[in-house]
Amino acid sequence: MAGLAVLAVMVASAALAGVILPYNPDTADLGAVLHGPSLAHPFGTDQLGRDILTRVVYGGRISLLIGVFAVALGAAIGVPLGICAGFYRGAPDALILRIVDVMLAFPGFLLALVLISLLGVGFTNVILSVGIASIPVYIRLVRGVTLSVREQTYVESARAAGLPDWIIMVRHVLPNTAAPIIVQSTLQLGTALLTAAGLGFLGLGVVPPTPEWGAMLGEAQTYLLTTWYMATFPGLAIFAAVMAFNLLGDGLRDALDPRMKVL
Amino acid sequence: MAGGFVGFAVRRVLAAIPTLFGVTLIVFFMVRMLPGDPARILAGELASQEEVNRIRAQLGLTKPVVVQYEIFIRNALRGNLGRSTVTQAPVAYEIETRLPQTAVLAATATVLAGVVGIVSGIVVSTRQYTPTDYLVTVLALAGVSIPVFWLGLMLMLVFAVGLHLVPAGGDAGPTSLILPSITLAAFSLAIIERMTRSSMLETLRQDYVRTARAKGLAERLVVYRHALRNALIPVVTVIGLQFGSLIGGAVLTETTFAWPGIGRLLVSAISSRDYPVIQGVVLLFAVTFLVINLVMDLLYGYIDPRIKYG
Repeated sequence: MAGLAVLAVMVASAALAGVILPYNPDTADLGAVLHGPSLAHPFGTDQLGRDILTRVVYGGRISLLIGVFAVALGAAIGVPLGICAGFYRGAPDALILRIVDVMLAFPGFLLALVLISLLGVGFTNVILSVGIASIPVYIRLVRGVTLSVREQTYVESARAAGLPDWIIMVRHVLPNTAAPIIVQSTLQLGTALLTAAGLGFLGLGVVPPTPEWGAMLGEAQTYLLTTWYMATFPGLAIFAAVMAFNLLGDGLRDALDPRMKVL
Repeated sequence: MAGGFVGFAVRRVLAAIPTLFGVTLIVFFMVRMLPGDPARILAGELASQEEVNRIRAQLGLTKPVVVQYEIFIRNALRGNLGRSTVTQAPVAYEIETRLPQTAVLAATATVLAGVVGIVSGIVVSTRQYTPTDYLVTVLALAGVSIPVFWLGLMLMLVFAVGLHLVPAGGDAGPTSLILPSITLAAFSLAIIERMTRSSMLETLRQDYVRTARAKGLAERLVVYRHALRNALIPVVTVIGLQFGSLIGGAVLTETTFAWPGIGRLLVSAISSRDYPVIQGVVLLFAVTFLVINLVMDLLYGYIDPRIKYG
């Protein structure tokens, strides 16, 4: 519940940013450069005099959107492949598993780095890189569940009734893989946020001056010796969001699959 | 059992070959998938036409793709990964000079994560549902949720900028290693602690542990002699698997602390589109990760006599 509450606040403030905040996230104010936290600027201002609170809230919009789109992309490609691999087994399974093995040989963040180095920086390319890097996670998960679902009697009877494979997969297999997919997607949102923020921190994320939490930390690094607040608040936002997704994912897992409950 | 293990080991090694092939194919095609002339991309934008032609001839870029791949593999096996388009130094040299720094950082972080993770996991497993257990659980959740680069910046802010206890960055002696290794260890430490705790809790519920207790053995002996050895088997695998997160973490940690390792080399190569260096580092990381996973699989099969060599 705590995770859900934190996320609700973040989503609401990101959605209503234009209404609740008096500043523009991109407008420089050279008369207010690197001001510490005050009533006018609760999180202080950055090297261009922009309000950090405003940029953190708007940054939430970008970071959460990247996370959601990336995870949706990973699931949209990974789930059908996972179901096909588990349902058909044999040659399709072997081929898909080989591809998964190769993708997993590049640990998550490295795969996203390789992809961004090929695609170039930018909002869409960050989504593509982070999303593609999460495909093998879905394939493995869904394939495992499908392998057990395909042996169930309701699948056997659907086959005996002569239903085409794709209908069996969509009507009988997919709904039974939904619970683990929902849990995984929630946890994956946290991972996607961390990966995207990592790319932003390295200067390989969205293009400036778009506010994005990781990129804000990258900029803050230069001013770390003199300003503590520039690095503190965007990082706290990433930390809180990722922790909220992890808490929510753990809670959903306990609720949807009590056997997986951690002792 | 020995025969079973050898068969298992051979099958596992053979299964890794297609993956290794796939990894080399991806690295090989990385440059060829980019729009433009691969020879120009590998030579760098500022290279002369002669240099571009030399690279085209050297890599056989006018020959069929299969021949190009063969040349790529043959060169890679000889340690010839091309030249950096920025420094013009051989990629192998660029990697060699930074490898020890990354190895020291990764090894220190692994030892730190392993020791602290296992010890804290054991401690909380014997104190389930106590305030200590809840505190460590919250810390572990924080450990897997905190962005490594932000943790690094915060540690730097407190211990280097604020308290002047350690250097803020770079490699200026053993004290420079403290903050980067804590930063890099945090994620793995949390995972290892969670794994040790749940594995210990499961083991402590086994019949042989109940028997040991029924014999009247002291709790310490029950925990350390009977439960721990069995509980650590899955933990060993998890420690090995953490190498993947160490690679990603090293890239970010080295950049945060200006640590002169391979991770930082990769980031600067990506920023300057130095593709020979990107190819070399990615190939090294992926192959090392593959080999470590293979070794951990074999080790798991060896140390757990219950495993079925199917």
